Amino acid sequence: MDIFKRYWWIAGLLLAIVLALLSPLASPHPDGLERVAEDTGFIERAREAPFQVIPDYVFPGIENEAVATIIAGVVGTLVVFGVGYGLALALRRREHQSHRGA
Amino acid sequence: MHIPDGFLNTGTTVAAWAVSAGGLGYAVRRVNRELGERQVPLMGVTAAFIFAAQMLNFTVAGGTSGHLLGGALAAILLGPWPAMLVLTSVLVVQALLFQDGGLLALGANILNMAVIGVLVGWVTYTSLRRLFGEKTWATMVSGFIAAWLSVVIASLACAAELALSGTSPWQVAVPAMGLVHMLIGIGEGLITVAVLAFLKVTRPDLLSLHHTASQA
Repeated sequence: MDIFKRYWWIAGLLLAIVLALLSPLASPHPDGLERVAEDTGFIERAREAPFQVIPDYVFPGIENEAVATIIAGVVGTLVVFGVGYGLALALRRREHQSHRGA
Repeated sequence: MHIPDGFLNTGTTVAAWAVSAGGLGYAVRRVNRELGERQVPLMGVTAAFIFAAQMLNFTVAGGTSGHLLGGALAAILLGPWPAMLVLTSVLVVQALLFQDGGLLALGANILNMAVIGVLVGWVTYTSLRRLFGEKTWATMVSGFIAAWLSVVIASLACAAELALSGTSPWQVAVPAMGLVHMLIGIGEGLITVAVLAFLKVTRPDLLSLHHTASQA
């Protein structure tokens, strides 16, 4: 149980990657804000981004759109994991500091 | 509800950045003081899970979709201050790498989803848990209501920003955004409860009120 608890996060990360693999099944409909913007006539105000990396969650240069979506999803999941983990690592309370001089 | 560039005027954009920066600055200080070693991987996993789940749009009605925002879920698992940083990480990667949500509008998106979404989810969840207690059903009901309300309030904040920018009149933006997100919020609630139920079986320690309250 202790080992499971310790490495539980690996199972969590794998679960997130499984979700990313399902991304081609996502609903193609516009989301709530896009729907309101279309219906009430301000969608044309949206401006293109000044640069494009992986626009619309489709990895560029891959013919098969489902595969391109999956790769974009897995790349994004790993990048976000790295950012979240790195941020936590940088900001965490250092246990030894509170015990200094004791 | 990732706002693209072009929807918000300069004043609203700057004001949203200022409020977000204040909220994030405070969150960084609290996390710096309080985040334990053991929560480091949980922060990474929560961010990864929310990003992946946000890609999975579900149809709600009439050719409209929604997806998990995850503010309430992150707040329940990590407490409000790490949760704000988790949601912000997701939004920053989405804006920079995936062109989802504008770069100038990022301040407003952080304000709506990372600051307001998280705080509403957190306050609602902890208040209801105090009312209902430690029972499993109390966790699930509180989680559902917190998730639903966090999406609806975030969408109203978004509507207010659109109205303040002169993009859409108040009497149009507020009911339109509110109504569609009352539907999307049901999906948010169901996904949040599904994750909480899964954790109740695999990691019940993450859901104890003591664990949660110790991070406020």
